[in-house]
Amino acid sequence: MAAESAQLAGLVEEFVAGQVDSKAADVAAGVKAGNFNILELVEALGISLTSSQSQTRGRGVQLLSEVLQECYSGLSEREVEVLIAFYENRLKDHYAITPHVLRGLKALAKSTVLPPGSAVSILRSLFQDVNVQSLMLAERSCVYNMLISLMGSREDELKGLGPDFVFGFVQAVDGERDPRNLLLAFQIARNIIHRGYDLSQFTEEFFEVTSCYFPIDFTPPPNDAHGITQEELILALRGVLTGTPRFAEFLLPLIIEKLDSDVQNAKVDSLQTLAACSPAYGHKELAEFLPGLWSSIRREVFQTASERVESAGLAALAALTSCLSRSVLTSDSEDALQTFLDQVLKDCQHHLYEPDLKLVWPSAKLLQAACGASYRSSLIVTAAVLPTLLDQYSSRTQVVCQRRTLLEVLHGFIQPTPSSRPAEGEESVLLPFQVSLCSAVFSALAESSAGLQITATKVLATMGQQPGLLAESEVEKVVDHMTRLVLEEEDAQVSLAVVECAGSLSRLHPAAFTSRMVPRLKEEIFSAVRQRCVAALAAVSTQPVLVRESAPVLLQVLSSVHSGSSSFSVEEVTSVCHSLQRIAEQAGGVEEIGRFFHDAVIPQLLALTLQAALQSNSDHSSALTQEAVLSAVVPVISTACAALQTDLAAKMAAQVVSLFLDGDVSFLPDNAYPSQIQLLKSQSESWTQSQLVCLLMGCVCSLPRSVDVPDVDRLLGQLEELSCSCSHAFSYTSAAKCFAGLINKRAAGQALDAVVEKTLERIRTTLDCESSAHRIQAFTLLVWVAKALLLRYHPLSAVSTDKIFSLLSDPQLGSQAADSFSLLMSDSPDVLNRSCHADVRIMYRQRFFAENSAKLVQGFNCAEQESKSVYLKALSHIVNNLPRQVQLSELPALLPLLLEALSCPDQAVQLSTLSCLQPVLLDPPPALTTQLEALFSRLLALTSSPAMKVKMAALRCVHALSRLPEHMVLPFRARVLRALAPPLDDKKRLVRKEAVSARGEWFLLGSPGGR
Amino acid sequence: MTAAAARLENANPLIFQRAGERALTAVEEDETVADPIDDREIFDLIRSINDPEHPLSLEELNVVEQVRVNVDDQESTVSVEFTPTIPHCSMATLIGLSIKVKLLRSLPDRFKIDVHITPGTHASEDAVNKQLADKERVAAALENSQLLEVVNQCLSTKPV
Repeated sequence: MAAESAQLAGLVEEFVAGQVDSKAADVAAGVKAGNFNILELVEALGISLTSSQSQTRGRGVQLLSEVLQECYSGLSEREVEVLIAFYENRLKDHYAITPHVLRGLKALAKSTVLPPGSAVSILRSLFQDVNVQSLMLAERSCVYNMLISLMGSREDELKGLGPDFVFGFVQAVDGERDPRNLLLAFQIARNIIHRGYDLSQFTEEFFEVTSCYFPIDFTPPPNDAHGITQEELILALRGVLTGTPRFAEFLLPLIIEKLDSDVQNAKVDSLQTLAACSPAYGHKELAEFLPGLWSSIRREVFQTASERVESAGLAALAALTSCLSRSVLTSDSEDALQTFLDQVLKDCQHHLYEPDLKLVWPSAKLLQAACGASYRSSLIVTAAVLPTLLDQYSSRTQVVCQRRTLLEVLHGFIQPTPSSRPAEGEESVLLPFQVSLCSAVFSALAESSAGLQITATKVLATMGQQPGLLAESEVEKVVDHMTRLVLEEEDAQVSLAVVECAGSLSRLHPAAFTSRMVPRLKEEIFSAVRQRCVAALAAVSTQPVLVRESAPVLLQVLSSVHSGSSSFSVEEVTSVCHSLQRIAEQAGGVEEIGRFFHDAVIPQLLALTLQAALQSNSDHSSALTQEAVLSAVVPVISTACAALQTDLAAKMAAQVVSLFLDGDVSFLPDNAYPSQIQLLKSQSESWTQSQLVCLLMGCVCSLPRSVDVPDVDRLLGQLEELSCSCSHAFSYTSAAKCFAGLINKRAAGQALDAVVEKTLERIRTTLDCESSAHRIQAFTLLVWVAKALLLRYHPLSAVSTDKIFSLLSDPQLGSQAADSFSLLMSDSPDVLNRSCHADVRIMYRQRFFAENSAKLVQGFNCAEQESKSVYLKALSHIVNNLPRQVQLSELPALLPLLLEALSCPDQAVQLSTLSCLQPVLLDPPPALTTQLEALFSRLLALTSSPAMKVKMAALRCVHALSRLPEHMVLPFRARVLRALAPPLDDKKRLVRKEAVSARGEWFLLGSPGGR
Repeated sequence: MTAAAARLENANPLIFQRAGERALTAVEEDETVADPIDDREIFDLIRSINDPEHPLSLEELNVVEQVRVNVDDQESTVSVEFTPTIPHCSMATLIGLSIKVKLLRSLPDRFKIDVHITPGTHASEDAVNKQLADKERVAAALENSQLLEVVNQCLSTKPV
């Protein structure tokens, strides 16, 4: 015991007299370990605490406070009481000691055994003896933290202080400037408001002391370590100012005043604050200020150039309107909402009837914002606006663009908003206008102006989505109009709008489309307007009943193409396939549609393509044997298969596999097939059959992973054979893709490893034999297998990608090997992507890059001068496909190489590097800024490249560089402006366009009013 | 009208529809063919210039129109006529200057650039035309940092 007290005395001595700060931690550790208690510490400190030297007293208190910060939780109530009394008393001591006293008090305030009454007494002493704003930053923060913890634990006691507490707080924060402390102060202020502390006579002072920061203007210092943003401060302050309706009389005039400011952020903040207080306010708070608020909002929306100000203004108006809509009506007073909206209507409505003047749009937006705020407001506004608007529309028959504007405005008013939606038992506010709206729309559709027709389709789509607005008879008229437009309208934009509108209406009214539109389109499907019919059929096929009608029509087209009875071009045939694909996409997993594709569409597609392949010979070949057409059929099959339910998918897989392996045609319609079909056996003259393997891929590679492909080993064997030995490029590539798609999904294990190893061995043997005729086939298979393995992180993927790396130095395949990295790193559209349920690990690109970039750099350094470009090409393909975050972090290491790549004579390398650099330049990492000189000289040199694409990409990069911080790029300004003069006279317009926009920005750089 | 609106000379001007983007043709993507500078290209340069008072472009206010642009690529001459929204528009010189500066920055220096007011549309047409035609006065105007600031603002692309 004696030894311990001697040890304690020693530690105290060293800390106080010896100024060894680390001893505080030792003492705290001793107290925690139970070697000595606080009482013994105080006794040991005895003389220091009572010393006449303020410095010694300070050290003494500092030691005690530091120990307390560590050990406050172990104190007894009695100890806390004594210590608090001591510390309160020390607050009156020398100012140099105050910081330590505050720290001690803060620690004690956190104690759970704080005796009743001590919270109040701490605060009384604090407010009385300390002038908070004369303290240093850290001590002020200490005071705020103490308040926060006491408010959390002793709320009742603090409320007992009454207005004194609020007054104390007001005094304490008055003049605070540090953003970190302000966040704490705002938190305390919010607590005071929301937890019901008594503000009474200090309401205005409390508002003053917080609102003096409004609107917040704060720019974090450079290298800001605290990460406080202006946004954070704004939201914290807004929480205080909008927290109670009692501030309304002070806040609303302040908002009106700040809206007059010239600073855009101040306007936006004011408007957003206004919108934020509306939920808490009622008519009582707003009444007096409504005229002022409205005229400010109107002024801002009428004359602003900024969309932020405009949308904040509109949101504020909507918030005010919805606030007024909530206010309860009393029999003797007037309706506040009606009065307010009357004023809004009076100021805005007349502008609507001058549709070619500027103010028509701001007025319309204001009225629409008010209209959408509540059901009641929408009743009032539509009743006032719509009749005249419709009347104007029908009377201004001469000027088409005025009618279009009126119709656009009208469209804005009929858009439903969540807050104005009719409740149960209320009907749509538009019901009274149903007839006149329809007649306006129909007249617009009959008009010859494209703009008017497009707007009319938008109005129709909006009406169609609101129940009850289109009666059954009107829907039929609508569908007739749509059908007529699809068949007769030549303008591409109108057609597109009509088709889109038809698509959205068909979801709600399938019957009308089935009975009126589809039959008409079917009649015209072989006419001159067949393209539009095909597109429209696809668009309206949104419901099973429509798909059953429309898909057979499209299949009938394909069948007539095959039989040669119609003269569709290859492009038209592919667009029919795209339409079928679109139908499959729109189905979105609806089982009924999936089953229809499984039962009818896919077998029919397979049957048609198979017949085409079997019947083709040298004099006659059907369009369905063309590569472009088959490539368009694949996504139809894969989209449909990817969405199949498990049982249907398994059935599909079994049927298709037995068709390709054994020539089993039993599930196909028509049975006029030869008995011996061997689709996967390669014969050089029968490429029409072997290329059908792409359809096998479309089917089996997109099935859900839970479905087992039957006979998979035999299938893989035949695919490998086909891909290695076939001489028809489309066939062997499709076989390789199909092989890859299957091994990507196959369960991991021995069986898979054996297949992969065997295949890789075969590839290696073929590639190693330089005279082999099948090297390119082996290479293609290698790339696809590598991709399949890479995506699923298979251990053997490194073997396959290493082989590709080694081929970079191959004289025959080097350049293709470099290009294959683009394939490895990007998503393929038809196989091995997530939509066909492939096993794709996230971040596989980063992983690949991390594991292999060093190899490339090394290969580049070792390579002969003439083959260096292959490595650069490979590198730029890889980097180009990396996510931006990774690009940014890797750029410092790669930059020298990329700069090298810019001076590489290969235009493909230049282009790929430029397109990889450009997004990085928009937000450049620090590494770049030290290389600006090299970057500028290379980029500016490329602006006179012979290839226009390179020139344009280089100019875009130079443009992006103008957004760098001014001090970095200003030194280059004169040089850039000079270098960009020649491209202004380029012979290609597209190059001139890029040059003009880049040069324009560089002129603005560092110039007054510019940037 | 509100107090603020009174500051504008013409608070509620007529607005005109914008022409769409120029359609891209296959010829323009063909490296081997030269595209001469044409009226539309010049119009595209100046149509998006901001009006000094309104958040609108010169095209939307119909201050510039494609028919009032004439270019001869062979002879290296450009002539642009612009039409102030009202005959007493005090901004006419500034608008003319903006157009001129935009063209100076965007065209090769072989071009002789002539910017003037559409005849009969402005009260002090001659004076403004004379100012715009005088190389030295244009250069001097651009030395004035306040003028340059306004011109640059007119030529800035709107922040998105």
